[in-house]
Amino acid sequence: MSGTNEDIMPEGIEADAIGARAADWVQRRNFWDWSETDQAELDAWLDEALSHRIAYWRFAAAFERTARLAALRPPEEARAGKSWTKWIRRASIGGAVLFVAAALGIGAALLLPELQEKTYATAIGEHETISLADGSQIELNTDTIVRVRASARRRSVSLVKGEAYFEIKHDAARPFIVTAGERRLTDVGTKFLVRRNADRVAVSVMEGRVKLDTPDKQAAPAMLATGDTVLATTNTLSVTRKPAQELFSELGWRHGLLVFRHTMLGEAADEFNRYNAQKLVIADTKTAALQVNGTFRANDVEAFTGAAQEVFGLRVDNRGGEIVISR
Amino acid sequence: MGIVFVADGGDAGSGMAEIPETTGEDAKWRSPDAMLSAAQLEIWFVREVLPLEAELMQFLNHNWRNQSDIADLRQDVYERVCEAARKQIPEQTRAFVFRTARNLLINRVRREHIVPIEAVADMDAFGTAMDVPGPERSLAARDELRRLQTALDRLPPRCREAIVLGRIDGLSGHEIAARMGVTPGVVSRHLAHGLYVLADILYGERSGSESKS
Repeated sequence: MSGTNEDIMPEGIEADAIGARAADWVQRRNFWDWSETDQAELDAWLDEALSHRIAYWRFAAAFERTARLAALRPPEEARAGKSWTKWIRRASIGGAVLFVAAALGIGAALLLPELQEKTYATAIGEHETISLADGSQIELNTDTIVRVRASARRRSVSLVKGEAYFEIKHDAARPFIVTAGERRLTDVGTKFLVRRNADRVAVSVMEGRVKLDTPDKQAAPAMLATGDTVLATTNTLSVTRKPAQELFSELGWRHGLLVFRHTMLGEAADEFNRYNAQKLVIADTKTAALQVNGTFRANDVEAFTGAAQEVFGLRVDNRGGEIVISR
Repeated sequence: MGIVFVADGGDAGSGMAEIPETTGEDAKWRSPDAMLSAAQLEIWFVREVLPLEAELMQFLNHNWRNQSDIADLRQDVYERVCEAARKQIPEQTRAFVFRTARNLLINRVRREHIVPIEAVADMDAFGTAMDVPGPERSLAARDELRRLQTALDRLPPRCREAIVLGRIDGLSGHEIAARMGVTPGVVSRHLAHGLYVLADILYGERSGSESKS
């Protein structure tokens, strides 16, 4: 170990050993080469105790939050001259204040282009998170298109197709409006999931409240609260309330997982088909009505067909473009 | 992944008994179904519990004399809360977290006989305010950026430099080491310590705008 005293961290400066270890895992995983052996080692450590896991989550979340610092990165032209970091290294306290002011200016300039209209899309099997200038986030599931527009008076997102999870920073002066076909949602400070399949729109509210307007101007808008799930077609609207755990299952895709609870085999196959190019086909309605419970990786069709074979004794024919499941 | 196929009721003749779903209660973390529970729990913890840390630290500091216990106590509260949430996610996170913290302190007092019981008397005052919604915690993007920036400024200089190189310039650990002219091991320690301090500032302390309200 080389370096000045400054380079050497005092021993045991962290009040808790678990926290220190967790912070070390997070930096190792994010800044250094990461092999499967490393992952296995980390998993083993996480499995040792719930306290390990919690400490790791906390630092992983803090690390995620620092991602926003990237907004301070100066544009390429500005970096051409002196090294940005040498500049920081030399900065005195007074300089640091100047640096903050300059950085905030640059940050604002970088965030501004997001105010214009922009289209975001994911291909089949993809998953992407968009961070808006106001701190709101939109997470796109597989095969999804959204258009984002922002003006001084409002922020609006149009879900052209697919599924997106919204975490909105509420701003009474600039309402956040999501349109899906003819349905229009206005947030009242909230987190919600919207899925559109042609003219069918499903909305689940994870937190907060959402106002749902219908195409029929005569009808009163519906106010949705935490736990509400709405299924709307052009002419119908049904609202149910789901327990929190079930709602979280709907967000399994954010981790690449599909969660089935008493799901019909046919519906489960439809879910897999959203994420994979090779399609599952269920041969008959009786097979399609079998009930499935379990958690699968969205891209692991084989695990699913394997289970269908083993547990139900079903036939699985891989015909290249599609996989047919029958009795 | 966890796989449990269950024949539907209409197919009762097949003799397939319904296998109960893993409730998470008795599941080992390593078991496949629990993997999702862990992922779900993480989402819930980061979204619902972590933002309460500043308030929780204030509560603990206010009600516990020995400051060197605070980090441990916070860890205990998190562990208990997550242990319970694994079985069922509580409806009112905030109330649940503070009730857990309060009970934990009371039990400690009883067990250790180190603090007279009066020391926790005003916890009930806290308790009544528990269900009132907390201050608006959502920060505008610019506030968040400013907050991160202020937190960064409070890191030891070399720590800050490592984090800035990593997170603003987007360099890898080896690149940071080369740029700073130190070994990878030293960079690791700077990054880990930087993260450790940042987490305490970002979660454990109230931001300027919040403390005013």
